[in-house]
Amino acid sequence: MEIIIKLFLTFAKIGAFSIGGGYAMLPFIQREVIGRYGWLTTGEFSDILAISQMTPGPIAVNSATFVGYTEGGILGSAAATLGVALPSFIMILLIAAFFIKIYEKKTTKNVFRGIRPAVVGLIAAAAYSVTVESVIDIKGAIIFGLSLLSLFHKKVDPIYVIIASALVGIIVY
Amino acid sequence: MLFDLFMVFAKIGAFTLGGGYAMVPLIQSEVVDRKSWIEKEEFIDILAVSQSTPGALALNMATFIGYKKKGILGAASAILGAIMPSFLIILIVAMFFTKFMNVKAVQEAFMGIRPAVAALIAFSVYKIAMTSKIKPMWYIIAVISAVLVIFFDVDPILIIIVSGLSGAVIGKLGGTKDGDNN
Repeated sequence: MEIIIKLFLTFAKIGAFSIGGGYAMLPFIQREVIGRYGWLTTGEFSDILAISQMTPGPIAVNSATFVGYTEGGILGSAAATLGVALPSFIMILLIAAFFIKIYEKKTTKNVFRGIRPAVVGLIAAAAYSVTVESVIDIKGAIIFGLSLLSLFHKKVDPIYVIIASALVGIIVY
Repeated sequence: MLFDLFMVFAKIGAFTLGGGYAMVPLIQSEVVDRKSWIEKEEFIDILAVSQSTPGALALNMATFIGYKKKGILGAASAILGAIMPSFLIILIVAMFFTKFMNVKAVQEAFMGIRPAVAALIAFSVYKIAMTSKIKPMWYIIAVISAVLVIFFDVDPILIIIVSGLSGAVIGKLGGTKDGDNN
């Protein structure tokens, strides 16, 4: 039962601080799920991201469900998923009901002027540590380089990048 | 109506690959164009608020739209609808994942996928930087944040709080002018 509560609280914390959606929650998941509790390795987390990219729904929900299941079964996955969703639910309700004007205030705009670049820096930090852990040989470095190139220059859909890299993986490893 | 909210967001949740931002156009076509639940201008406001509030973008939008239509119960129906498909799909994936990972070809595939995922994240840094409308000077905060996390293991939560406070203080000290609203 303790693990169920821990899953709920950890993912609630992740949900409460990751501003910007999608990969913005990476640094928090890394810190809590990988660093603090060791529920996943960076490699496993990267696999979940790949699966998230190929399955429908928000990455946050996908990661929470996956980690919840591996650590605490079906009950664990429900606890983690509800945890990651609850802060959104409460905050949006409060804002929609009472504070819709808060986003027009100058102070709020100033706060976000500070937070936005911080989010970019945090995701860059996550990109750095995932890259260090995932690109472990020359083949990996080539896959990394080609993927980056196709994303930047050819605007290839990420899902095709993953499928192509999977095929390359089967061939070269 | 509650069931309708649940179903619409379940449908959106079930058919969008690639996470939050990929869901925005689909949410728009369902709730603005097809169902006419929300006006276009209002949708843009809801999107802006959802992006600036912590949590998954799709869940924030579902909660907001559900609340607009049917209060707290509407919000609960919409967010549960948005969660349900990925919850069920990932649950099934997770149940078979360990067995699946013992297959040699699958291991090799993931050896190839891991560097590609690293590239996806690196690319998302660029994409988010482009869409965040950050003035050049403020990138110093991005650099400091990255350095603190990578080399000094600082908690990202602390970084969000301090950077928000810095923004407020710098704004107050007149670092920004009136009408300078981004």
